[in-house]
Amino acid sequence: MDMMPDIPATFRPEQPAKVIRVLSDDGTLDPRHDPRLTEPEVLEIYRWMVTTRQLDERLVALQRQGRIGFHVGSLGEEAAIIGSAFAMRKTDWLFPCYREFGAALMRGLGLQKFMDNMFGNANDTVLGRQMPNHITSRATGFTSVSSPVGTQITQAVGFSWGAKIDGKDIASLVYFGDGATSSSDFHSGMNFAGVFKVPVVFLCRNNGWAISVPVERQTATRTFAEKAAAYGFPGVRVDGNDVFAMVSVVREAVRRGEQGLGPTLVEAITYRMGGHSTNDDPNRYRATDDLKPWAERDPLERLRQYLERRRLWDDAREQALIAEVDRNFRAAVAVAEKTPPPPLESMFEDVYEKPPWHLEEQRAEMLRGPRPPSAH
Amino acid sequence: MPQMNMVQAVNEALRSAMRRDKRVVVMGEDVGKVGGVFRVTAGLSEEFGEARVVDTPLSENGIVGCAVGMALYGMVPVVEIQFADFIWPAYDQIVNELAKFRYRSGGEYPAKLVIRTPVGGGIKGGHYHSQHPESAFIHVAGLKVVCPSNPYDAKGLLLASIQDPDPILFFEPKRVYRAAKGEVPENDYVVPLGVAKVVRPGRHVTVLAYGAMLYEALDAAAKASEKGVEAEVIDLRTLWPVDIATIVTSVKQTGRLVVVHEAPRTCGFGAELVSLVTERCFYHLEAPPVRVTGFDTPFPYTLEMEYMPLSHRILPALLDCAKS
Repeated sequence: MDMMPDIPATFRPEQPAKVIRVLSDDGTLDPRHDPRLTEPEVLEIYRWMVTTRQLDERLVALQRQGRIGFHVGSLGEEAAIIGSAFAMRKTDWLFPCYREFGAALMRGLGLQKFMDNMFGNANDTVLGRQMPNHITSRATGFTSVSSPVGTQITQAVGFSWGAKIDGKDIASLVYFGDGATSSSDFHSGMNFAGVFKVPVVFLCRNNGWAISVPVERQTATRTFAEKAAAYGFPGVRVDGNDVFAMVSVVREAVRRGEQGLGPTLVEAITYRMGGHSTNDDPNRYRATDDLKPWAERDPLERLRQYLERRRLWDDAREQALIAEVDRNFRAAVAVAEKTPPPPLESMFEDVYEKPPWHLEEQRAEMLRGPRPPSAH
Repeated sequence: MPQMNMVQAVNEALRSAMRRDKRVVVMGEDVGKVGGVFRVTAGLSEEFGEARVVDTPLSENGIVGCAVGMALYGMVPVVEIQFADFIWPAYDQIVNELAKFRYRSGGEYPAKLVIRTPVGGGIKGGHYHSQHPESAFIHVAGLKVVCPSNPYDAKGLLLASIQDPDPILFFEPKRVYRAAKGEVPENDYVVPLGVAKVVRPGRHVTVLAYGAMLYEALDAAAKASEKGVEAEVIDLRTLWPVDIATIVTSVKQTGRLVVVHEAPRTCGFGAELVSLVTERCFYHLEAPPVRVTGFDTPFPYTLEMEYMPLSHRILPALLDCAKS
């Protein structure tokens, strides 16, 4: 702001909101925001965070081996994703960006279903019609992933708005990155939700990067949370690597929705520890040193220390959990890899409820052949 | 049977659909108290309340994005885009989201909604109140596209569109919103999607038209008849999936084809219709198929009647085609 001396002080933005943090370095929880999770709850959250990271690492390896085509992971963002999803009620709905497979698994997607999607095989819910990680799971209240950023934001608003018209209290948790705050859907979705007081939790995973572009290129505001003020509802900043703070803040946002107070924007401050996806090399635009301060605030490490201090966790349990994830992963991959590709005619299904004449013609044309030279 | 214009017929269809099904929600700019800039939604807000007849913020992208979300929940939104010329901010939501949801979710999330929007020129609306952008939607896998020409079809096609399981672009030809009048039953009925109508039988040349241009084609056909050329005029009604059987049957009899549309020629719907006919009727054709269309320019204000494929341009094309 020093660059603009002509602007009267009264027009200057306020100081950014303080970042809400619950888990302190000494392992104590700030009583003002402590979500008072039970021990089994904390353990469940930790297990899902570890599972998510273990799967991430294995899926990257699988991609490097050429066995799957792509992976877009959540390394370093596990607390923001798992904590927020955990805070939602079972009846609420999740609108994913594309890094939230951990949330889908926690809500019951099933590892085999996830792996079937990663291989795009015949058992994939979406029949190999999308890239890996583009999962759909209606049964667990998880919508469908699309690659363009931000489009899910307006949809999340419409979903809970529709429920509201229908007399149901269903909140939506919509995930997006800092990059998506530049999209028109972010503006439209925030605006509509504010005007119609829709119970939506807008969860901005501020992970520092949109592929290679840093947050400074997405916005001139000092925080993402303050954007909520322009739409007439609160925006909060939260330590996205602190799962207790995530649960607490998102629960509060759900409560606000329940009370008819409308939406909340949550800016979860975290860091994308990996590349944007397996197709990205972050060494081209950021220094390895940049990762250091964030590695020290690793969300899994912090939660593990908390658990160990309370003697709820130890090395043996950690190794057992990792072994279990590994076992399940290998089993699921073995099945997914053996499962054939979707049937050829499935390409023409679900375009419409029933294929019109032109798709029937084209399906027949495709089935007649010729077949492409490379296998599926 | 009461006489109605298209505005009243569409209003009737909306009212009836909203009475029958509580999931039906009308949303758009100015659709509430004022009843839309063309008064198509007049009185709906009073009868169904502001929750189901929603005056939205001025953002087509927001309207359609939210409507997609409502559809995922299970509501049946009927969106009004004030002019088709304003639909482009919503194009991403329509093309990449609405049209693809059923497919990309393996059938778990069919997103069903209807987008109604006035189309076409001849009303002194200039480039931003005159476009007829059907081909940009026909090209998109997953969408159905409808364009009625008269009040009876407008009501029946809209009721069919609201009941249909797939997302639908419903283009209303605003030039004949009030000019086209006809008898419309008070009870509910549907005009099935995908069925064209031969509105004037003839044996010399087939003319395909829809929306406001149907009347221009009929006018040209009447004048051609005075010169001994009998044109068979087909109102397509549903543009996609188009009623190919009716078209092919006609062209196989006449051996000649003229396609009329307001939209620009290049990659316009006429290009697809001519290709479909040529693939199926090549050995029946006696003359090259002809397109009478808007030009490949932006839609002009002052010279709009020069741009439009009106009767004065259809007639010579039709006579030439019939005689060549």
